[in-house]
Amino acid sequence: MIDLLVIPLIKIVIVLTGVLITVMYMVLLERKVQAWVQVRLGPMRVGPHGVLQPIADVLKLFVKEDITPVRADKVVFTLAPIIVLVPAIIAFAVIPFGDQVSIFGKPVPLHIADLNVGLLYIVAVASIGVYGIILGGWSSNSKYPLLGGLRASAQLISYEVAVTLTFVSVILASGSLSMVDIVTAQKANGVWFAFVQPLALFIYFVGALAETNRSPFDLPEAEQELVAGFHTEYSGMRFALFFLAEYANMIVVSAVATTLFFGGWLRPFPSVAFLHFLDVVPTWIWFVVKTFLVLYLFLWIRATLPRYRYDQLMRLGWKVLIPLAIANIIVTAAVKVALSD
Amino acid sequence: MLEAYIPVVLFIIVAIGFAIVALLMAWLVRSERYNKVKLEPYECGIETLGDARGRYSIRYYIIAMLFVVFDVETVFMFPWAVIMHKLKLFGLIEMIVFLFILLVGYAYAWKQGALEWA
Repeated sequence: MIDLLVIPLIKIVIVLTGVLITVMYMVLLERKVQAWVQVRLGPMRVGPHGVLQPIADVLKLFVKEDITPVRADKVVFTLAPIIVLVPAIIAFAVIPFGDQVSIFGKPVPLHIADLNVGLLYIVAVASIGVYGIILGGWSSNSKYPLLGGLRASAQLISYEVAVTLTFVSVILASGSLSMVDIVTAQKANGVWFAFVQPLALFIYFVGALAETNRSPFDLPEAEQELVAGFHTEYSGMRFALFFLAEYANMIVVSAVATTLFFGGWLRPFPSVAFLHFLDVVPTWIWFVVKTFLVLYLFLWIRATLPRYRYDQLMRLGWKVLIPLAIANIIVTAAVKVALSD
Repeated sequence: MLEAYIPVVLFIIVAIGFAIVALLMAWLVRSERYNKVKLEPYECGIETLGDARGRYSIRYYIIAMLFVVFDVETVFMFPWAVIMHKLKLFGLIEMIVFLFILLVGYAYAWKQGALEWA
């Protein structure tokens, strides 16, 4: 009973709280990084250096008016943000945050569930979010959200193919779908899969930018053309749920990148013996640091690159990334066969 | 075996509960001062013209069809990739044959202009 319900529940609450706090401070970090890149200061008024800004933002979102447009489909309009948010959060269920630790002499693995189809679970759960986006755009019964929703879903499904194909080459390298096994395979391998599968990492990262609607692929929210894309008509808490989901998705793709390509909770150079002293750092700290470095890359890219045009976006996805990913799978499989004989 | 999924089910319940509680809490504390104009769909300030239940570009359907084909194909590759270390050369040839058939269809779609947007 305790092992089956109580411990998972405690872990779930910790993970959920951690995700919420990370999202709140990601927003502040994003504004700060944008500001520093543009030689500004960013939020400075609420608390020292604006550290209380996220709390003010959350309070504001709670007391804001929540508008349902007159001609909107009311049930679907309320359901859509929930459909977007829930998959973004539950994807964390299979992320291994660290190696096993012992608490009061009891071994506790630092993941909520180690499914033997962990990576497939991530793929399956991540694609549910598209329904929420297209339903949100459609149910608003307004032109900008409809166009934004269509664009977002076409973009998401286009890049999902490329991203899923990169997972296949990672599975070829690891021989398992379990997220924990993928990390231990990198330990046995001696180097992170980033060095074994650099092309897969590149395709995954470009695809991840597109799947989270981040710059330079933020066309669904291109404010000059579409106001705010699929959530134009949303306000108050329902808007906040969309917002939360977007940042939670960013954290998910960064955590998956860390697990698949950057050795998850492993220390840098897991096979080099004289770096043994790095093991004093708890494994979950390595995981968090790596994830934040990937997240920082998202912010850096947003501050640097201009937006793609829609036909360029589709061309990149269908004509460049998908053939590259398929070629990468064939080469990986051929190398694996050649090495095994 | 199925026990591994209990934490996942718990997480789904907690996540849905979190979303609903957040919406309910906001419903309790938020301000409400509605008027007719505020509830109109947003169209940059001008009065709303018609509704948004019109037609839209066929390209979205084509992309959706292609997605279904490619995604199903990827799902086929997952189990193959897991047991590749046992299949060795046989598995490699099988997958090359499978991908060749897929690529013929891909080349056809490309030639027909299904991948063009403009």
